Amino acid sequence: MAIWLTKESKVIVQGMTGSEGSKHTRRMLRAGTNVVGGVTPGKGGQTVDFEGSSLPVFNSVGDAMASTGADVTVIFVPPKFAKGAMIEAIDAAIPLAITITEGIPVHDTAEAWAYNLAQGSRTRIVGPNCPGVASPGQSNAGIIPADIAGPGRIGLVSKSGTLTYQMMYELRDIGFSTAVGIGGDPVIGTTHIDALAAFQADPDTDAIVMIGEIGGDAEERAADFIKASVTKPVVGYIAGFTAPPGKTMGHAGAIISGSSGTAEAKKVALEAAGVKVGKTPSETARLMRQIMQR
Amino acid sequence: MDLYEYQGRELFARHGLPVLGGGVAETPEEARAIAARLGRQVVVKAQVKVGGRGKAGGVKLADTVEEATARATDILGMDIKGHTVHKVMITEAADIAEEYYFSYLLDRANRTFLCIASVAGGMEIEQVAHEQPDKVVKQPIDASKGVDEPLARSIVAKAGFPAEVAEQVVDIAVKLWRAFVDEDATLVEVNPLAKTPDGRVLCLDAKVTLDGNGSFRHPEHEAWEDKSAVDPLEQAAKAKDLNYVKLDGEVGIIGNGAGLVMSTLDVVAYAGESYGGVKPANFLDIGGGASAEVMANGLEIVLSDPSVKSVFVNVFGGITACDAVAKGILSAFDLLSQRGEAVTKPLVVRLDGNNAEEGRRILDSAANPLVERVDTMDGAAQRAAELAAAGV
Repeated sequence: MAIWLTKESKVIVQGMTGSEGSKHTRRMLRAGTNVVGGVTPGKGGQTVDFEGSSLPVFNSVGDAMASTGADVTVIFVPPKFAKGAMIEAIDAAIPLAITITEGIPVHDTAEAWAYNLAQGSRTRIVGPNCPGVASPGQSNAGIIPADIAGPGRIGLVSKSGTLTYQMMYELRDIGFSTAVGIGGDPVIGTTHIDALAAFQADPDTDAIVMIGEIGGDAEERAADFIKASVTKPVVGYIAGFTAPPGKTMGHAGAIISGSSGTAEAKKVALEAAGVKVGKTPSETARLMRQIMQR
Repeated sequence: MDLYEYQGRELFARHGLPVLGGGVAETPEEARAIAARLGRQVVVKAQVKVGGRGKAGGVKLADTVEEATARATDILGMDIKGHTVHKVMITEAADIAEEYYFSYLLDRANRTFLCIASVAGGMEIEQVAHEQPDKVVKQPIDASKGVDEPLARSIVAKAGFPAEVAEQVVDIAVKLWRAFVDEDATLVEVNPLAKTPDGRVLCLDAKVTLDGNGSFRHPEHEAWEDKSAVDPLEQAAKAKDLNYVKLDGEVGIIGNGAGLVMSTLDVVAYAGESYGGVKPANFLDIGGGASAEVMANGLEIVLSDPSVKSVFVNVFGGITACDAVAKGILSAFDLLSQRGEAVTKPLVVRLDGNNAEEGRRILDSAANPLVERVDTMDGAAQRAAELAAAGV
């Protein structure tokens, strides 16, 4: 069945007429995603052709939902306009909003998140600064390469895009129910815990890979959650053991502040919760393989 | 970006927060001019981005202009926990009757902002929270509503600020929130927020961290970037828009995606344990695109680090196909020779993912003696560490 994104999902793209938006709309369509339209304010009424499919452009998320029945939006707009795009999606109460954009000021994300709470959290926000959500064989919303891995019964949740791809590739023969890239920013909408809870509840997921990295304490809190509420096997991987404190390592959120946010602390917390933590991505994949082949 | 205290003070002043008169000096002469202008007892403070400078002798009182000049001479060039002092701030000295604490910061776990206020200031707030938890108020702030006067008043009351300073602290709380939001800060901390014997409340320190992602809204923040303190290689990388962090090992690292590169550093460090402890020399994320030009720029930066003995190029072809990456590596060699920077150190390349076989074939058929291809990340890390150890 997969979590959050299935073959029934109707996807729109905010920023579809931009260069990133159109490139990835084409890729999503090729992957079999049911993309039903795009949103670019001021360009409503136009259409865009993608190798045979002609997609309508709407002025707002609300218009797009009313005309197409869309229930997922993928946001590709530049950082400057991303808060506005997220708030528009929240106002329209679309169930799932995936923000791919990297470089959004944290005040903007925090404000959009607070706004979503005030509206009753009708929208699940994934990201920002994430690769999106992919349910192989069903739908692909974001920039995860569609042909890396086939459908299967592993659930994956990760802060990192390329480590998501690496892990999916290593386990491509076993396959995935859903892979969720939650993003590397300090404030993100959907957390490891949200994805763990959804995978735990998903009858088509048998085991979970969780990928974390330095910064914040999301992995430690996820470990507490696993201990209390996850009965399916979980394997983990943490990146950044050799990262020096006080330096941002690529992702805005990947920074050790003082003694908090270290990879070691996260590994210790996960292991205490019964999670097998691999030393390298390949070792982590082997741990998962052992579980799935038992 | 963490600001120096003098920059934070400037930022506070810009937002109407009460700070003491003063200025920043890079030479004893400049310090003398500021002290003369202030014409009273002053404090000379080392400007370093590290705590504990008072204990290290980096904060001194001076009664006269001569004394201020002498203290500035002592402090400039001083080493405080590995940070060389290039600047001193000279401000009026204030008599302090009471010390408080006030800050706003990002609360990642709760995806919101937090106000921390305490009437026990002047020391590390973590220590206060540990020893006198009842003296520390932590108030979550709704990012879409912010801090207005009524909320500020309730925080001030909860924290137990004395009645005679309450109005001043409310005013500071509101202005500090404006500064926090308007400047795209992730931390504004005043410690101490001090009451003088005559009842004025002043911001005697200013600790500010700005969000780099907010810089497009603040072209003026660029002037605060500390070019002298940044590693020259990091500076050169920044000029080329590369995401590079200098580390202190021997294996140069180039990869795509922040998570994969962090992971590559770890895997190389583990592998290095078997080869005399060689370590990664840098973090370099060339991003999803990995074009020839970006690859050339990246290689140029990594190879210009004299401690680099081997380079590990670790690319997972996602959207970018590996054949394009392979071609990029080969053209990077040509580009670098054209620039007169011909590559002389061995490269270990691992390509996986989208069109990996074609990418590997391209590298193999080029048969460049400096390029060695290894199929797995762990295996390639081993080889890169081995080569670095041999080259040391």
